[in-house]
Amino acid sequence: MTARTADIVVIGGGHNGLVCATLLAKAGRKVVLVEAAEALGGAARTVEFGDGCRVSQVAHVLNQLHPEVEKKLELKRHGLQLAATNIPTTALAADGRHLTLHGPFGERLEGDVSAEDQAAWKDLRAKLMRFAAVLRPALTDIPPRLKNGSRGDMMALGKLGLGIRRLGRADMREFLRMMLMNVADVLNEEIGDDRLKGAVAFDAVLGTHLGPLSPNSLMTLYYRLAGEADGMQGALALPKGGMGSVVSALEAAARAAGVEVLTGAPVSRILVENDRVSGVKLENGEEIRATTVVSGANPRTTLIDLLGTCELDTGLVRRVSNIRMRGNVARLHLAVEGLPDFRGLSEGLAVGRLLVAPSIMEIETAFNPVKYGSSSPVPALEIVIPSLSDPALAPSGRHVVSINALYAAYDPKAARKTARTAFQKSVMKVLEQHAPGIGEQVVASEAMMPADIEEACRMPGGHWHHGELAIDQMFMLRPVHGLAQYAAPVPGLYLCGAGSHPGGGVMGAAGMNAARRILSEAK
Amino acid sequence: MSDANTWDAIVVGAGHNGLVAAGYLARAGLKVLVVEKNDWVGGAAVSRSLHPGFLYSNCSYVCSLLRPEIMRDLELPRYGLQVIPYEGGGTFTRDGDVLGTYREHDAHRREIARFSLRDAEAYDRYSADVIRQCRFIRPFLMRTPPDPTSFRPRDVQELLYLGRKFYDLTETEMYETIRFWTMPIAEFLDEYFEADVVKASFCISGIIGTALGPMSPGTAYVLLHHYMGEVDGSVGAWGYSRGGMGGISNALSASFQASGGTVRTGAGVDRVLVENGRTVGIVLDDGEEIRAPLVVSNLDVKRTFLKLVEETELPGGFVKQVRNFKIRGSSGKVNIALDALPKFPALPDDSSIYRGDMHFTDSVERMERAYDDWKAGRWSADPFLDMVIPTTIDPTMAPPGKHFMSCFVQYCPPKVEGHDWTDAERDAFGAAVINQIADYSPGFRDLVLHAEVRTPRELEAEVGLTEGNIFQGELTFDQLLFNRPVPGYADYRSPIGGLYMCGSSTHPGGGVMGAPGRNAASEILRDLKKPRKDMSDAYAVL
Repeated sequence: MTARTADIVVIGGGHNGLVCATLLAKAGRKVVLVEAAEALGGAARTVEFGDGCRVSQVAHVLNQLHPEVEKKLELKRHGLQLAATNIPTTALAADGRHLTLHGPFGERLEGDVSAEDQAAWKDLRAKLMRFAAVLRPALTDIPPRLKNGSRGDMMALGKLGLGIRRLGRADMREFLRMMLMNVADVLNEEIGDDRLKGAVAFDAVLGTHLGPLSPNSLMTLYYRLAGEADGMQGALALPKGGMGSVVSALEAAARAAGVEVLTGAPVSRILVENDRVSGVKLENGEEIRATTVVSGANPRTTLIDLLGTCELDTGLVRRVSNIRMRGNVARLHLAVEGLPDFRGLSEGLAVGRLLVAPSIMEIETAFNPVKYGSSSPVPALEIVIPSLSDPALAPSGRHVVSINALYAAYDPKAARKTARTAFQKSVMKVLEQHAPGIGEQVVASEAMMPADIEEACRMPGGHWHHGELAIDQMFMLRPVHGLAQYAAPVPGLYLCGAGSHPGGGVMGAAGMNAARRILSEAK
Repeated sequence: MSDANTWDAIVVGAGHNGLVAAGYLARAGLKVLVVEKNDWVGGAAVSRSLHPGFLYSNCSYVCSLLRPEIMRDLELPRYGLQVIPYEGGGTFTRDGDVLGTYREHDAHRREIARFSLRDAEAYDRYSADVIRQCRFIRPFLMRTPPDPTSFRPRDVQELLYLGRKFYDLTETEMYETIRFWTMPIAEFLDEYFEADVVKASFCISGIIGTALGPMSPGTAYVLLHHYMGEVDGSVGAWGYSRGGMGGISNALSASFQASGGTVRTGAGVDRVLVENGRTVGIVLDDGEEIRAPLVVSNLDVKRTFLKLVEETELPGGFVKQVRNFKIRGSSGKVNIALDALPKFPALPDDSSIYRGDMHFTDSVERMERAYDDWKAGRWSADPFLDMVIPTTIDPTMAPPGKHFMSCFVQYCPPKVEGHDWTDAERDAFGAAVINQIADYSPGFRDLVLHAEVRTPRELEAEVGLTEGNIFQGELTFDQLLFNRPVPGYADYRSPIGGLYMCGSSTHPGGGVMGAPGRNAASEILRDLKKPRKDMSDAYAVL
């Protein structure tokens, strides 16, 4: 059998791998993309469950897809459609006194909010959006190195510094003070309304191993706010056909650019000859020869499992082994008969995102058990009913309810199945308090604990950022220092997944930045 | 003019930082008055006779951070200060063993090897990495933090100094430093160690005095804050002040008075007098007015600006920032007079561990769970204790054969589930502490002659530490360096002319260090254009 050859092999058909492969192919490279699963998409797939119901398997709200990615890959032309844009977020209250945040990041509040809180929120919201916008350009930067004397790196740092300077003196002081604060203190300084504080704190901690009282939890909120959907900073959207349609558009773009896509083709080794990468070997024994290999897989998987520690120095192996990735979000998909009744919530609001995060302390209390390997008995929830805006997702008369539940243990002390069943019960109990009778309406359900997500999407830790978004794992420290510029120490090997700067969320910036790095090297 | 009642400067509060500032100002030739509300000096660094024959270090209890430059400049040994190093310490495990710590590196390493060979191997790497971080940060302790938003030459110069120090590190060290500043101590230790008890014993310095648990980001820096000190040039070592912590305050006070300064105790301050945006003196609780062009407050930033100064005299934004200053108390104290040295079956008689700090929290999880209790507004039934028996080294604090024991307890909330502490709750808190010790030392209860239980309520009432926070403000990044106490006022000055701050609310923060007092004095002398000849440069003594 003669080995297949290419200029570049991209490992992993998640959104970042697809973005990177497409951009490389567009630059004239012969690119082969290999995906272990039968379907592309990684954590951004739409899957079927129950009887003809479809749901976004892991990522379920679009809020960060980078406009530059969208533009460069012409995703609209390749079929990307949004079912709903700029959707509202409603913080559910068990007594029906809901609070709704309309417009991007709660531009307008509705629901019995005091005049002081209205005014204070307006100021705080503007401040947080401003500060997040300062960090925004860094999303598409290749993180600089601190001490290699390159002018480009110095300029990247200077640019960031200048952005902070441009805020003006008062804002700059606030920016530097708040930088490493916890989101709870930031909110408590200004806001009284528990529902509002709960909702904002939820967004800050969603997808991280942090509680609202953990220092640095404001930075994760900035990360979220640096994103935009449909041209609006801080807005949320639902793609038509679920998250899988984003991947379909990406796949169409990739194929149009000439990327050869192999699915059901797990990689067993990254091949190295004469101290540089020479291709990959698939689990079925087939080899694909290439001088460049780009991995969208988790950095630890890529370097420790696929490349092997003998190619790396011990310091780097230690650092990579120490990357923290404990997924704490569980997924629950429900197929329900009729529309669940969230205590009089109008359909206009049910189209949006619903949060059960009544207060900062309730989220923090939910966080406590995962520190010790148990899941929250009273989880905080993010709920969307995508079939309301996209009826094609469920047979008529039925709806799909898609839930992110915090906090679920990655490595529960109990057996996995027991832990899953128990956690699903806890989620249903909370749901029942807000939508009485929902349990009766359920005709099919599917729960995924972090460990299930790990298996389904090949994401170690079940962590959708491929490594926690903590300050010590961000920017030039992502995934670890020495790998932050997308290149591995073995010539020809690159990283392009969410484990690299800037991180996860269906954004595509990591894939785009990696492609730029690879192309700049060739010059 | 030699009127006995005119002063160049008044220092409000005779805590150690107030006395340090006063000492330097007096040596520079200023006529300085220190006023103190209590009938004794020292603030939280005191030795109090609370049971016949015993001296209690009833707040701060160990000494390490006190800057050697200050000891030398103010000639503290000459005025009676003597610091005796610890001989070690230990963490008891629930299965009846103990992990000892020893001053001698190899002995400590061998002890760790009993629990994990791998951890013993990692210990050298860990020590080297932490000491490197200490060495990096220490030069900043005795410098006024620059304002990063300012273009004044001095600020720019100081920023460049900071930048150059950072740039002196290797590239890897730079990244490691950023990580170190932002990581949880538990995660940091996970990168080195595997044995629970080993991690727990190293965790301790990451949480003492802070309202954070070992799994909270930012606690690795707190560890550094406790490691920055030294005893006899041994970095990270701790010791006892002979005669209790009051020995430090008494030496400072004696040194100050020998330079011509005056201390008035029993003189609480009601307010700071302000005329036309400048301070002109103070009014005591009894209505007496004392005038001076300079007032230096050793009180925390909340007490200084929310209680002593009229709100109308301050810019609105400043008041808001002071209100938002985080000063949550997280610890309590139980001080015990003992009839004899308690016996711990895990320790051989005369083990050097008796002569150091002892702990009963043998896992990071137990420590973090105690923090969870604090978050919920409860004291913990399984608290973390830092327990010392100074009389094993210093016989001056108790009658022969008897002992004084100090237990620092974490976590202890400023309010219990939202309400003020009651006496019954305070006693229950004390009982939880004594129960924990008795679990490891049968018969301990019978040795207790007297116990003083202090929750944040008692610390605030007596020492004047708002919410009982021992650092006069939490040590998180939003309150460190140029952010401490509030951005724009990290240079010990305030919006009111002539009113300075010198307490632990200012850079570099709490602990019996004296650096805030010295730095404040330095800024005052700078403003007065007086030479600072009696002030050695930071690090001149090393």
